Amino acid sequence: MSYFSFLAEHGSTLLLGTVTTVKVLICATILYVIISIIFGLMRVSNNSAIQGVATIYIEFFRGTSLMVQLFWVYYVLPFFGISLEAFTSGVVAIGMNFGAYGAEIVRGGIIAVPKGQWEGAYALNFSPAKRMRRIILPQIFPIILPPAANLTVELLKATALVALVTVVDLTFEAKQINSITWLSAQCFGTALIIYYIISRFFLVPFLRWLEVLAARKVGKERL
Amino acid sequence: MNAEWKWDFAYQILPKLLWATLNTIMAAGIGYAIAVIVGMLFLLGQRTHYKIINILVREIVEFIRSTPLLIQLFFVYFVGPQFGIVLSAWVSAMITIGLHFGTYLSEVYRGALEGVPKSQWEACRALNFSTIYTYKRIIFPQAFPIAIPGMGNYLVGIFKDTPLLSTIGVAELFHAATAVGGYHYRYLEPYTMVGVIFLTLSIPAAMSIRKLERSVNKAQGKVKN
Repeated sequence: MSYFSFLAEHGSTLLLGTVTTVKVLICATILYVIISIIFGLMRVSNNSAIQGVATIYIEFFRGTSLMVQLFWVYYVLPFFGISLEAFTSGVVAIGMNFGAYGAEIVRGGIIAVPKGQWEGAYALNFSPAKRMRRIILPQIFPIILPPAANLTVELLKATALVALVTVVDLTFEAKQINSITWLSAQCFGTALIIYYIISRFFLVPFLRWLEVLAARKVGKERL
Repeated sequence: MNAEWKWDFAYQILPKLLWATLNTIMAAGIGYAIAVIVGMLFLLGQRTHYKIINILVREIVEFIRSTPLLIQLFFVYFVGPQFGIVLSAWVSAMITIGLHFGTYLSEVYRGALEGVPKSQWEACRALNFSTIYTYKRIIFPQAFPIAIPGMGNYLVGIFKDTPLLSTIGVAELFHAATAVGGYHYRYLEPYTMVGVIFLTLSIPAAMSIRKLERSVNKAQGKVKN
């Protein structure tokens, strides 16, 4: 069977899987951005209890493997009466795992804002909340976006794992087709190429565009 | 199914999981050793004077870096037999991990080499040192400390990605936990214990890397904060 007839027969199935992969990517990205901002802020809090909670969360999720967390959410949480759908548990596990990594990036960004900005906000008698919201947070985006972009590409790759908890995504479809036809090179090769195209031609340009936008917003031209 | 934690069951499966942990550590160690060497090859490929090899290696690295490890594992494991090459699960796992993390390590090496100030190169040129001598005595001793933290991070990274190997049947920790869980139809204890074992191994490792990073920075005269 030539490659083109393979594509004609199974291409639509793989594309359907790709749609699910993109859905997981978008949902997990939204969740991880929210979590990383919350825990990144908690991490720089002056209250040691809040800071401790954030540290434990971050160390816990960075210390155990994503796959273990994913299986734990999907197979063990039902023991405690929380049954999540496969798709939801995939998004939750990936979002929480990458949120822990993202929180460290956000913390780094907040620390990297020049001291003069903090002092200026003190001098103008801004409340801590207003200082954070109006002065510090808008300035962290040009700093955190390059590492966050790397993390988001990692997240795209991590979405392949949700296939292991029966989410019918691109990886799952490729595996399924492989077990029917045993044309491994074709189906896994196509899957690899699709992931590459998503990352190289859609995700990375979008993230670069965000970086340029953020740099322009605070009046910094990109180097 | 009840959510009660059974200690006797946990004790019963603990030896099995600990033995499997040895396999996990072995997989991470061998995979890392391969990745360290493959990373150097990728770096060499990107630094040769032949333009065509440069571009080719660059594209290969880009491709491997932006596709999931899981599918690469499947690809290596399942495609071989199609062409009459049968690789065992262990061999294909080590090849894949070596290639995948080799690309990351080549980036670490590149960053480290670029971290050595350009004036060092110029001084060597002025002193008429040969290229090999320059690398051996001037550049590598300065680049290596810069590379240590990144290299350490990827060692922990490989360790945390070893559960993926269970999908092609490498008998490591996660595989053992799934097998035990399936046999007794209790997943609460095995998976939780896997998490705990990972935590107890990776947190000290990450902490010692951070310590190493700090001492490297201090030795280089770059003190943070």
